[in-house]
Amino acid sequence: MSAAGSDLLLLLFGVGGVLVLASSIGFVLKQRLSPDGSNVVIENLNARINAWWIMVALIGVAFLAGRIGVVVLFGFCSFAALREFVTLTNTRRADHWALACAFFIVLPLQYYLIATEWYGLYSIFIPVYAFLFMPIMAVFRGDTERFLVRIAEVQWALMICVFCASHVPALLSLDIPGYEDRNVLLIAFLVIVVQLSDVLQYVWGKLFGKTKIAPRLSPSKTVEGFVGGVASATLIGASLWWITPFSALQAGLLAFTIAIMGFFGGLVMSAIKRDRGVKDWGHLIGGHGGLIDRLDSVVFSAPIFFHIVRYGWSLT
Amino acid sequence: MKALFTKAVAVMIVVFARAVTAVRAIWPESGPPQRQCIYFANHSSHGDFILIWSVLPPWMRVRTRPVAGADYWLKSKLNRFIGCDVFDAVLIERDREKRAQDPIEVMSGVLDTGASLILFPEGTRNETEARLLPFRSGLYNLAKARPGIDLVPVWIDNLNRVMPKGEIVPIPLICTVTFGEALTLQPEEARETFLLRATDALLALAPKHAGDGQ
Repeated sequence: MSAAGSDLLLLLFGVGGVLVLASSIGFVLKQRLSPDGSNVVIENLNARINAWWIMVALIGVAFLAGRIGVVVLFGFCSFAALREFVTLTNTRRADHWALACAFFIVLPLQYYLIATEWYGLYSIFIPVYAFLFMPIMAVFRGDTERFLVRIAEVQWALMICVFCASHVPALLSLDIPGYEDRNVLLIAFLVIVVQLSDVLQYVWGKLFGKTKIAPRLSPSKTVEGFVGGVASATLIGASLWWITPFSALQAGLLAFTIAIMGFFGGLVMSAIKRDRGVKDWGHLIGGHGGLIDRLDSVVFSAPIFFHIVRYGWSLT
Repeated sequence: MKALFTKAVAVMIVVFARAVTAVRAIWPESGPPQRQCIYFANHSSHGDFILIWSVLPPWMRVRTRPVAGADYWLKSKLNRFIGCDVFDAVLIERDREKRAQDPIEVMSGVLDTGASLILFPEGTRNETEARLLPFRSGLYNLAKARPGIDLVPVWIDNLNRVMPKGEIVPIPLICTVTFGEALTLQPEEARETFLLRATDALLALAPKHAGDGQ
């Protein structure tokens, strides 16, 4: 087996070990504090851990399937995220073609460009071409009511759910000397750091949280959770340097950047949820809410991580 | 052989509906209805009963039949196949002139076989901005003909945005199907009073979401 393959398996076993530990803790907590299933926090914790098993299994299978597996997985994530997002927007009947185009042309084309590694086009396709052509499609129907709001919402939905999310599989197209065939580990690094940062912010917050950091946006986020979560995610990122082309210090700095972007991504998406009057984006993932509830921090950090690595390490 | 084929088509339609709309049922506190009942729902799309049908537990699904307009579901071979063979719809002739049988008698007859019905009391698809059209008397007449049966309000949300009238490509948007507590016709209850009560029970299930531009 290649070095990348064995590193990947080692990583998957490591994550599996963490999940076994989490499930055991969840089981003990349930026995002690919520034997009849009445403690909402414990039940939600266990639902979240169970959902993690499924998410890790899906990502693991996609990684082992290689480039196509990863592109297809994130393509479906974008589809589900875009569906959650557009459900909460103000679109009208006149947007029907534009929306059909977003789901069935823009989304698949963006992932096709990612799969064929056409950097010059996939990095401007949605910000330039979709940006100009989507409103043109909408204007044909002649409905001017809330026009700017409608086209802005559709463009924002595409940027967040498709463009930004597609930068995760785009990491596969980077050409880093001495790191050939190992790019999938960059995705593992990004996803592990950003998701652990979220989880650890939640854990630190639950254990020590006192001071609310953004009471109007997200009442569950605390300063203690933020500092503890970002610091521990940075350390974990640094300790994962061996799967990356970075030194331990560089890995730590990148992990810090990812965690910070992820945190602010969560806040921005929370603000949108508040405005739309919903608690979660959807119900796709038991215990977590919608897919965007899990993906918000990834989409904000992925493009930044992609461009830093591309600028600093990649030949292409 | 044909039964197997229609069953496969039914599964495909349900899978497709779920893939596009990620449809989710919201049950009342007492859970899904356990007895035979008449589901009455808002109507904005030909896909309405498919969505209700998809979220029903399979054992209820096989004994639930939608009530639909004969003019649409007999229009072409494909419509007839989907309406009659796959979903086993109870077809009602909407044009009074052409009626050979009283629709209430037809529906009562089906209820007597033990089947549940899906009924759209507005009588036609709602293409207006109003949340509901005024109910026709069909629901009242049926409730009067078979007074013992539970009437369950069902609100289908967002399907009109997935596939507005005249469009051929569905937009993937998340839909919900909200079931309410059952009501029954009170003895001596007047038609107007009952229909108003049923309308209110249905409207009470409609979510007030930001997505409808209000």
